[in-house]
Amino acid sequence: MSDLVSIFRRYGVLIALVLLILLNFAITPHFATMQTLSVNLTQVCTIVIVGVGMTLVIATGGIDLSVGALMAIAGAMSPMFFTGQLIAIPNIYVGIALGIVIPIIIASLFGLFNGWLFTRFSIQPIVATLVLFIAGRGIAQVSTNGDLQVFKVPEFQSIAIGRVLGVPFQVWIMVVVVGIAAFVLRRTVFGRQLLAVGGNEAAARLSGISVKRVKLIVYTVSGFCSAIAGLIVIAMNSAADANLIGLGMELDAIAAVAVGGTLLNGGRATIIGTLLGALIIQLVRYTLLANGVPDAAALVVKAGLIVLAVWLQRQERV
Amino acid sequence: MTEIQPLLVMKAIDKSFGNVAALVGADLMVMPAEVMGLVGQNGAGKSTMIKVLNGAFQRDGGTVEFDGKPWVAGSPQQAQRAGVSTIFQEINLIGYRSVAENIYLGREIKRFAGFLDWEKMNAGARTLLARFNIDVDVTLALENFSTAVQQMVAIARAVSFEAKLVIMDEPTSSLDEAEVAVLMKTIRQLKAEGVAVIFVTHKLDELYQVCDRVTIMRDGRTVMVAHMGDISKLQLVASMLGRDLADVRARGATAFNDEKHDIGGELLEAKSLSVGRRVSDASFDIRKGEIVGLAGLLGSGRTETARAVFAADPKSRGRIVFGGKERDLRSPAEAIAAGMGYCSEDRKVQGIVPDMSVADNLTLALLPALTRVGMIDEAKQREIVQRFIQDIGIKCSGPHQKIRELSGGNQQKVLLARWLCMNPKLLILDEPTRGIDVGAKGEIQSLIGRFADEGLGVLMISSELEEIVEGADRVFVLRDGKTVAELNKAEISEQAVMQAMAHGAT
Repeated sequence: MSDLVSIFRRYGVLIALVLLILLNFAITPHFATMQTLSVNLTQVCTIVIVGVGMTLVIATGGIDLSVGALMAIAGAMSPMFFTGQLIAIPNIYVGIALGIVIPIIIASLFGLFNGWLFTRFSIQPIVATLVLFIAGRGIAQVSTNGDLQVFKVPEFQSIAIGRVLGVPFQVWIMVVVVGIAAFVLRRTVFGRQLLAVGGNEAAARLSGISVKRVKLIVYTVSGFCSAIAGLIVIAMNSAADANLIGLGMELDAIAAVAVGGTLLNGGRATIIGTLLGALIIQLVRYTLLANGVPDAAALVVKAGLIVLAVWLQRQERV
Repeated sequence: MTEIQPLLVMKAIDKSFGNVAALVGADLMVMPAEVMGLVGQNGAGKSTMIKVLNGAFQRDGGTVEFDGKPWVAGSPQQAQRAGVSTIFQEINLIGYRSVAENIYLGREIKRFAGFLDWEKMNAGARTLLARFNIDVDVTLALENFSTAVQQMVAIARAVSFEAKLVIMDEPTSSLDEAEVAVLMKTIRQLKAEGVAVIFVTHKLDELYQVCDRVTIMRDGRTVMVAHMGDISKLQLVASMLGRDLADVRARGATAFNDEKHDIGGELLEAKSLSVGRRVSDASFDIRKGEIVGLAGLLGSGRTETARAVFAADPKSRGRIVFGGKERDLRSPAEAIAAGMGYCSEDRKVQGIVPDMSVADNLTLALLPALTRVGMIDEAKQREIVQRFIQDIGIKCSGPHQKIRELSGGNQQKVLLARWLCMNPKLLILDEPTRGIDVGAKGEIQSLIGRFADEGLGVLMISSELEEIVEGADRVFVLRDGKTVAELNKAEISEQAVMQAMAHGAT
């Protein structure tokens, strides 16, 4: 019996996902198609990518509310480069390169700023990142005058909708991000130090770990992940709307992390869990929609999932 | 002629938390207008006793009489209304509200329709504070004032409840000298007005300055009650620590071996360290292969001194020479790089990372040295962890077991190994055997001795006299943040250490 319990604790998220898939095979029409798989995967990609950064942040005992706003900054900025609006570009590939690299750097720097803000002034991460949560989208809107930027640059759009081996390119990006983060967390010194900081900050410091450095890096990574997600969103839509890119993403990402089993107080993290958590949330929503339940009701179910996940975490602590 | 009736009689008080007995038949008796000192080591039961009195805890057994009547208090608020006020270590007033508001908190003077009568409250607060010669703007927020003034406000508030008994729990721990003098005056003032005071402190001088009598507690029991004039500081310390002066116990209570190890050249010299308010002039030195004991009563600044050496807290004055060079270390990371290690006093709060494995906890400080291009060399990590698990006998199901599942003694061994695997030159151990069962205690003590034999310098803080006396090659005694004595191996005895704790210079 106790074996069963421990198995469920360990693989609960995976079991839930499998059950959900089996349920869909039974009740949802046309579920077992490449089309369905593709739709679900492309919709979950950005949540997973942002969720990976969020997992690292939460593992150190923090939180990052600015991810959606940073997506908007990166997404709104990118077209200015590859459409040649800002500077003349010699050819489209140079433009695309700039349109990818520069937004990523800028958003990462904003992430660094988040970390600096709260390590320097010792305020809570939730307050520090609230600054960019509010201001970030403003910055994105001002830089585009609030206009919708529509573009038709298939070379750029291929980062979202191009296919490699029949799988959308953004899914590959997601797989790489997840793989690298899982590897870092599991195998590197930095991964251990990150978990130590989240698990017991005083002990980490007394063991010679630069707590501040770890936190700065983690928030920078979160900015980096947000930027990638922002680029994928505009590539998918072939348009950049600073008002909408990444709207509400912070909550989706936190939900994925929580459902995935990462301890919200820090000290324990699972990247794969976040991936599974995001998939579950996505699949639940899809199941409800495909069976005719309105989106508004799906939100309530999502909230229920989070409550369930947090409750399960609490059971474990006893 | 009738004898004066005692104000407070607490008799045979029992209180347990789960299986742990905090109070076992403890007594406390206070006369009207008496200042009663209450002393004891950590865990002696002082705080529990106070909380039983003020209603924060309910007693399991025993009787309490106050002012001739049986005492019932369901909460500190009830106790306050009935004439017993407590001033806690952490001042529990509201920093953002004004002085007057704080004094009248919870019983504001109101006009018709429930509006506050500010004039009356401000005037009342002013009059009240004037009794203690404090002249401050009572409309300013409390946080604008020094800790001492805040404490006076707390006391004034207590008195304004017509308190007959005021309990002060270590009121001087965050005050500077001038502020302490003001507090002492206030206590005498209270006494003059007929108010009794229970004064909890770790500082012996303060006891003699202001108290009429002292109650000494140990292990949940009242072990001695005496008039200040009848008890010497040495007797007081001996009684707190549970030592009979005439009969200092025979050696052999600890697992330190008695042989002298080879002591090498100078390793660390700390000169006149000052840290915050707790440490003002701590000096000591440690040689290679030597176990140096740092003794002192609670609050004497031992931990603060150790943390400053390890650069965990900044020192405000003083110099540290380590390995022949003067060092200005600014973080634990730099101290570790220089060859130091530090096992903190509180394993749970500052030592273990509970959700991590034994292996990761053990190698937490060593990890940066165990890498190939940022990746952990897991084979090497496993080898080191296995070696230490066997070598120092860590009982765990394996390197991957979470450290929080281990017993206290085994957790402590992992933390020791965290530093030993770094091959440090100096290891600072703050209460290395606190809260550990007897068996593991002995193992850890012999381990410390073994590594000192191999040339490790050790600075060991301990509240247990026999650990210091039997384990240390030399002992420095701190008293109120100053080094007051250095005892060589031949001079170390329980009596000598207690003498220094009590009086300073030997």
